[in-house]
Amino acid sequence: MNGGDVLLQMEHVTKVYGRGERRFTAVKDINMTIRDGEFVALLGPSGCGKSTLLRMITGLIPTSEGSVYYRGQPVKGINPYATMVFQTFALYPWLSVLDNVALALEARGDMSAGRYIQAEKLVDLVGLDGFENAYPRELSGGMRQKVGFARALAVEPELLCLDEPFSALDVLSAEALRGELMELWTGKQLPTKAILMVSHNIEEAISMADRVIVMGKEPGHIVTEFTISLPHPRTRKDPAFEALIDRIYGAIAGRTEAEVKEVGSAPGAPGLTRVLPRSSVNALAGLLEHINPFKTPYDIYKLEGELAVEMADLVQTIEMAEMLGFATVSSGDIQITPLGQAFAEASILTRKELFAQRARRLPIIQWMIQMLNAAPNQELPWKVFYTALLPEFPDEMSERQLDIAINWGRYAELIDYDDRDELLTLDLSGGKAAVSAN
Amino acid sequence: MTLRERIFHSPSRDGALIGVGDVVVLLIVAVMLYLGAQLALGTPAAIQGPNINLDPAALPFYALLSIGRMLIAYFLSLIFSIFYGYTAARSKSAERWLMPLLDILQSVPILSFLPVVLLSLTAILPQRTAVELAAVVLIFTSQAWNLTFSFYQSMRTIPTEYREAAAVFRFSPWLRFKQVELPFASMGLIWNSVMSWAGGWFFLMAAEIFTLGSHDFRLPGLGAYLQTAAAQGNVQALVIGIGTLTFIIVLLDQLIWQPLLAWAEHFKVSQVEDDNPTTSWFLDSLRRSGFARAVSRRVFMRLNRWLDKKLNRPPKSIPSLEAPETGKRSLLGWLILLALALGIGYGLVQAAGMLLTIPLAAWGNIATGALATLLRVVIAVGIALAWTIPVGVLIGTNPRAASILQPLVQIAASIPATALFPVLLLGLLTIPAGADIAAVLLMLLGTQWYLLFNIIAGASAIPQDLQFTSNLLRLSGWKRWKTLILPALFPYIITGLITASGGAWNASIVAEFTEFGGQISRVTGLGAEITAATAAGNYAVLLASTLTMIVLVVMINRLVWRRLYHVAEYRFRMDQ
Repeated sequence: MNGGDVLLQMEHVTKVYGRGERRFTAVKDINMTIRDGEFVALLGPSGCGKSTLLRMITGLIPTSEGSVYYRGQPVKGINPYATMVFQTFALYPWLSVLDNVALALEARGDMSAGRYIQAEKLVDLVGLDGFENAYPRELSGGMRQKVGFARALAVEPELLCLDEPFSALDVLSAEALRGELMELWTGKQLPTKAILMVSHNIEEAISMADRVIVMGKEPGHIVTEFTISLPHPRTRKDPAFEALIDRIYGAIAGRTEAEVKEVGSAPGAPGLTRVLPRSSVNALAGLLEHINPFKTPYDIYKLEGELAVEMADLVQTIEMAEMLGFATVSSGDIQITPLGQAFAEASILTRKELFAQRARRLPIIQWMIQMLNAAPNQELPWKVFYTALLPEFPDEMSERQLDIAINWGRYAELIDYDDRDELLTLDLSGGKAAVSAN
Repeated sequence: MTLRERIFHSPSRDGALIGVGDVVVLLIVAVMLYLGAQLALGTPAAIQGPNINLDPAALPFYALLSIGRMLIAYFLSLIFSIFYGYTAARSKSAERWLMPLLDILQSVPILSFLPVVLLSLTAILPQRTAVELAAVVLIFTSQAWNLTFSFYQSMRTIPTEYREAAAVFRFSPWLRFKQVELPFASMGLIWNSVMSWAGGWFFLMAAEIFTLGSHDFRLPGLGAYLQTAAAQGNVQALVIGIGTLTFIIVLLDQLIWQPLLAWAEHFKVSQVEDDNPTTSWFLDSLRRSGFARAVSRRVFMRLNRWLDKKLNRPPKSIPSLEAPETGKRSLLGWLILLALALGIGYGLVQAAGMLLTIPLAAWGNIATGALATLLRVVIAVGIALAWTIPVGVLIGTNPRAASILQPLVQIAASIPATALFPVLLLGLLTIPAGADIAAVLLMLLGTQWYLLFNIIAGASAIPQDLQFTSNLLRLSGWKRWKTLILPALFPYIITGLITASGGAWNASIVAEFTEFGGQISRVTGLGAEITAATAAGNYAVLLASTLTMIVLVVMINRLVWRRLYHVAEYRFRMDQ
């Protein structure tokens, strides 16, 4: 897109959290520009640093390297031209709807009685007339987010940043609110010059934005970007819309790669430790059972509605299926493998066996089994594994990874875990199998 | 809940029970005490006490004096806690020192400071002023720490989204304080104010009745009234005095604290309606009253507008929430640190010199005293446990019993134990070992309520499903206690015990050495060592015994309570 003046520019922006062993790069070498009149969506899986980017643009956090410029001026401290609508609304529960909105005006030094008239206008604009004196806790999620929008609009920002504004809402409210926002935006009723929205929902991004920037993770980076020139209002039924969904899915979910690279290396071993997707055996079984009847590649985006799951979770489950060799993915389509079919049709015990066979090949599980085998009584405290993982991942992620590995290991009857004394042991039945397999 | 935060969630080095910060803080306390003892050398030889008029008509005046002292100390505490908590929460480098300091200060038995504070202040100020000031200082030290912890905790736990919104919308510091920080902290501040006032009464009464030989440190007020009435055996005045005190405490609760608590419901963060909010009849009638509304419009709203106008200046720039990592300490910082270290070092050498003058026998007395007081504390806490566990479980699990007993218990608990002490002496001094019994009883009076309230809270928090399961399993008698009730109560009992034992040590100062109706009675104990040294003007022993008590209590706190508390937190927690 060209045309409007450049409002925002990021040059080689990198953000690193923590220090020493706990250093963790959230985003790396980001370059992007936002112009007057644009609606840009930042799309990517959770943990790709979308929100971090947004917080650097609004000035809530400083960059570690590189610079953010607004209208050519470097952003230092809070960016005075930008404002934000929060995923969790961030309304003050002790203030009424009207007071929450008026507070944004007071912050600009407007202590006149007129600020309430102005606030009331905004509350009307977002369709909350009659609820001025209600408290946030009395409102539904959708209505709360409307207050969030009214408050953001009160300060007439040039750049409106939306941090997954619809993801905490139920499906219907989210859809309605999206429509209302687009009406205001395309009807040029907003004082705003550009909108930057963080999202993990592909359809949402395509239906609203002029440009979709796709991000990847580890560390967060820009994968690619798509310009969307479909006229508003956009409908999902449009083949061009569907084609876009497929293309963007392809960019996000990637393709099945050679197995060595796919499974990564064990903790401590050279090479990148593969992160286990955050999903459960139950979700995996559900997915495989659902796609089992279709022998041909299946559109991933359809699954989101059919399985009634969030895209973020779906991507994780698909990654799990792929990692274990139960399915393959290419350009937005998923295809179940013969092994996956066997799993979907198997009995409970056979499923466990199939799962154990595949899980045992994952380096992190292999590594845990080896450590346990080498330990006296074949048991080790949780803390040992956690500490060993720390250099590989930021700390809360280490904990999560270990939880996932334990969860999978338990299901596969390879590893046992006693939460009371926080001790991992080798599951004797599964453990023997593991030794003979190696 | 607030107590747990108060005692255990200070950011000291995790794992270490006693850190470098703690040692430094203890040394500073030692130097301060030494300076106090030095000043005390100039104390006048005799101090004239007030003449107390036992006429009931004089009571309102005494009551006003007592309330006035409480109010002054409370507002000082509130201002202090907001500044201190704010500084500690906002600056990482300040936090490193301020929090361990606070942690030690609040585990120190406050009454042990009373003699040093009284002596040093009377040495440099006119007598009446000095004694008044000492009372205010004492109440302040009993009220400030938990308020400060509460405010600090609130500042540290403000949800990120609230802070982010305040920054993105460019709130001025005033707006952020008024609309975000203070509302968020208000619930904790009000709850802790209630606790602070209860504690404050205990120390106010102790300060008002403190007298040692030729040094009559008493203050005109309810405490001195009660003491004089007891000393003269005037039962009528005694009853009226205690009645007045109870009435005032209940009145303050109904007219101030309950309305404030009900009002603060408004500031709860939870996004769902509470089924069972605190209510207050007084607040409800205020809300309905036209007069109150008019006052609010004329006074409070005007004040609010005026403050907003003066203080709400839109800031030119607002820093990011995550401050860039600070560099090394500046030269000035190092110089200040060096000066401080030299000052402490010098003070310590002097203090050690003073301590060296104490003969070995006196050290022996201090050691035996410490053991005797420890024993008394254990007995008092044991008795308290023996009756509060069954009664607490009865009230906590039985709504009928609760509706009858709860209000009675609350009123009984609201009377400060120190106010009852003269009554105890009146009854007990004539019987053999009466002084010992009176000392243990005072400790018991000061400690049992806190235990009881914690046990009631714990018993009523036992999850219904566990109760049902135990019924289904036909667990009864001792088995039920062992598998369900005691494990469920454990964290609450520990929380209660921590405060209870702290209170018992405090009580030893007034309980072990008493002068009543011109007759001195003394039992062996560390508290008696402190007060006797004060009376005799033996400042070296005063310093030594006060330090012994502080170190002892801090050690017990760290080595016993903190460990038990961790066990309670990790093994016996009910919530998932």
